[in-house]
Amino acid sequence: MEPDPRPSLAVWKFASCDGCQLTLLDCEDELLPLTDRVRITHFLEMSSAEDSREPATLAGTGPYDLSLVEGSITTVEDVRRIHHIRRISRRLVTIGACATAGGIQALRNFADVEEFRAAVYASPEYIATLDTSTPISAQVPVDFELRGCPIDRGQLLEVLTAFLAGRKPNISSHSVCFECKRRGTTCITVAQGVPCLGPVTHAGCGALCPAYGRGCYGCFGPMATPNLEAMVRELRHDGMTERDIVRVFRTFNAASPEYGPVPGLAAQEAPGTPAEEGPR
Amino acid sequence: MSASTLPPAGGAVIGTDGLAALVDVLRARGYTVVGPTVRDGAIVLQELESAAQLPYGWGVDLEAGRYRLRSRTDGAAFANAAGPQSWKTFLHPARVRQWTAERAGGELVIEADDTAPPRFAFLGVRSCDLRAIAVQDRVLTAGPHSDPVYRGRRSGAFLVAVECTEPGGTCFCVSMGTGPAAGPGYDLVLTELVDDEGHRFWIRADSTEGAEILAELPGEPASEAVRRSAVDAVGSAAERMGRTMPDTDLRRLMAETLEAPRWDDVASRCLTCGNCTMVCPTCFCTTTEDVTDLTGDHAERWRVWDVCFDLDFSYLPGGPVRASPRSRYRQWLTHKLGTWHDQFGSSGCVGCGRCIVWCPVAIDITEEAAALHDWTRRTEDEPR
Repeated sequence: MEPDPRPSLAVWKFASCDGCQLTLLDCEDELLPLTDRVRITHFLEMSSAEDSREPATLAGTGPYDLSLVEGSITTVEDVRRIHHIRRISRRLVTIGACATAGGIQALRNFADVEEFRAAVYASPEYIATLDTSTPISAQVPVDFELRGCPIDRGQLLEVLTAFLAGRKPNISSHSVCFECKRRGTTCITVAQGVPCLGPVTHAGCGALCPAYGRGCYGCFGPMATPNLEAMVRELRHDGMTERDIVRVFRTFNAASPEYGPVPGLAAQEAPGTPAEEGPR
Repeated sequence: MSASTLPPAGGAVIGTDGLAALVDVLRARGYTVVGPTVRDGAIVLQELESAAQLPYGWGVDLEAGRYRLRSRTDGAAFANAAGPQSWKTFLHPARVRQWTAERAGGELVIEADDTAPPRFAFLGVRSCDLRAIAVQDRVLTAGPHSDPVYRGRRSGAFLVAVECTEPGGTCFCVSMGTGPAAGPGYDLVLTELVDDEGHRFWIRADSTEGAEILAELPGEPASEAVRRSAVDAVGSAAERMGRTMPDTDLRRLMAETLEAPRWDDVASRCLTCGNCTMVCPTCFCTTTEDVTDLTGDHAERWRVWDVCFDLDFSYLPGGPVRASPRSRYRQWLTHKLGTWHDQFGSSGCVGCGRCIVWCPVAIDITEEAAALHDWTRRTEDEPR
């Protein structure tokens, strides 16, 4: 039998919601052409174990030409597994806010994980977890990082086609404002006073929210050179409270180091959020 | 301009029916008519099917970082200043496909994307924007390498200018010598009047086709009274500019202030988001993106707007040349007001005020220039 010339593709999941993997399945028109070009050898989300060439394991044997990694590192087992995956992968690309920045679960980095465990689980002793949620790049070298919660379908295809063509992906690290202006969306902050994180947020979504009159909430994380202090001043000017400002940065990319130095945002608690206010 | 100045002779007076006829005549001649209309809380530029889509009865309140529509009782269509877009959206579009390449049977076939652009008629080109188009004409077509995309869209364009009678709070065309009266370069020019005599427009032609079209519109010769009212309205607008540039040689000011501490100050406020350049009617920079499809047999080259605030803009092996926000803001302003003269023989700023309005954090080009000017005066006073 002729060896299969197609590069092999593996998709991996860590602490995440599966939404970014689903973005690959959502490439409806491109999915079959993609399988002409790559051999999808490990993708639990899409395979039924019986038909799969590989057993439905969480780790796989490899080697793989390209690994897409979703999710953040939250357990000791995750740490072991991501090192294994890195060893058996020629290229490793993280997909989405969890894998690239730690995800919403990185809120634990600002709190006491023991408290969470006791509050959330009926039998907390069954839960073995790390104190922090960290991006893949904190554990192993990463070849490329895709942002977003979830990732953008077009950007995923761009990374895959660039990989196949052996070129650099066209993924810009400038602000969402570029995308609003290029598509002709009137700035909702200037024209309507709507608070918007667009000026400090990484492009890639096509400026989806502002096009529908909603402020960007930063699901793609920080752009290349975010001026957080100026942004926070502007958000106050647009009527956001300190508490809301802290919260808007404490979402899917909460652990991004760029958000750290902002006064008030590095505090353990959001100002004006007393613990007795309600369940966290 | 004082009321005693004798108004120029000629032209006609048309009513709102005449304006409606103008749009119809232009469309009948095969033009894609683009003009102002209200959408998403702003007066934007888009294709018009009829003059009924014009922003009759809408004004705007403009401040640094703030734009608000306001209804007007007089029903005027053009008593509003620059909106979020400029005509470069149509003449120098944000995204253009330049060529496609196909690989078949081991051969590569490259085909230029030279589909004929629409023939545009722009309705409502302000004096500042008329000047901005002239600036882009020089930048994009006057040199040895004329840009075919811009040239194709520009050469067939019909311009209907509108003189400003209601400047915005961020306007400073008088400082830049670009308005509010329309300079040359139009086919037709309108001056809107709404008073006891009714809602009407003094319209003049400055091209053969403009004169032909004017002859097709229902109207009557402009009386001296109408012409005088129109000239007075524009003259009054000149006295109500919301902003002024410092009264100094800006080109020299830029060259002399490269190390001013003000650049650090503005950098602490600047988001480097790129909004100022994308709304600027003269900023013209682009980058190219090559895209391939999954098969690898089809490739396209796209040209997209780029901005000197983007790190990638000055990226060379080893990293971006202008890594600091300070260096990027300084590049933008010193080019716009200073080195543009060296490169293209004029200022790059036409005083439209868009960069002031659409900056989310209200950075004001006139305020920055004034601060630099103050700094030079202070340092002159100090013993050296």
